[in-house]
Amino acid sequence: MGFSQSRDASGVTVVKVDGQLIVGNRQELKDLVFTALDKGERRILIDFSQTGYIDSSGLGALVSISKRVREAGGELRLSGLNEDLRSLFELTKLDTLFAIAETPQQALSSF
Amino acid sequence: MTSPLRLCVRRSPAPDAEGAATLVTLRLPSDIACVEEAVELVVRHCLAGHETTRKTRFRLQVCLSEALSNAILRGNREEQDKWVDVRAELFTDVIRVYVTDEGTGFDPASVPEPIRPEQLDELGGRGLFLIRKLVDAVHFNSQGNSICMMLRRP
Repeated sequence: MGFSQSRDASGVTVVKVDGQLIVGNRQELKDLVFTALDKGERRILIDFSQTGYIDSSGLGALVSISKRVREAGGELRLSGLNEDLRSLFELTKLDTLFAIAETPQQALSSF
Repeated sequence: MTSPLRLCVRRSPAPDAEGAATLVTLRLPSDIACVEEAVELVVRHCLAGHETTRKTRFRLQVCLSEALSNAILRGNREEQDKWVDVRAELFTDVIRVYVTDEGTGFDPASVPEPIRPEQLDELGGRGLFLIRKLVDAVHFNSQGNSICMMLRRP
């Protein structure tokens, strides 16, 4: 459970969410991405292929990350949302705010 | 390390919940670090012995997480001497979950829907909206410090 960070061959920072993204760990994800931005990374992919559920605090953290990435002139992609997770983005209309790809591979090729 | 959660599971009959086959109660401190474990415990006991779809499990997980974080952050304001109580009444076709905090309560009718375009960039305000969308019925007590969420089993 938690987050893992890597850098793909093309230089995209890939963060995988393993387990839940909820009120108890949202700050950890924000800190991780903000640190990457501070180090100069500008292309960020957050992958949810191994994610159980997200609550509204997790969605809020993603909105916060999206703002910071935008302000830094970077690009953010999300990937790997299953049908249930996707429904949360659709219900809250956040699917209109984020660039969402089916798979991490598709997301990486869209940068 | 001792878990701070106090879990009590009572199986049929549940004398103080007429008709409920199973009663699950849980008390947790006002600490957001406890939410994930509390959700896991309550969901596991709510769904034990029943064929459950992935969607039902997901809805229960998200709504419990929302209600608990609202109770801890907004209701009890993370005050360490205040507790959050979860009570799940399990029927054959329905799960009814109450989450109660020790705060002064709020008016749920005053919470706006967070999906207007100008609100999409807001960091918060989606919790109650998601609960209302994901469960089959939502009720509050008159004080506004206890939410009842009802899910029909498929």
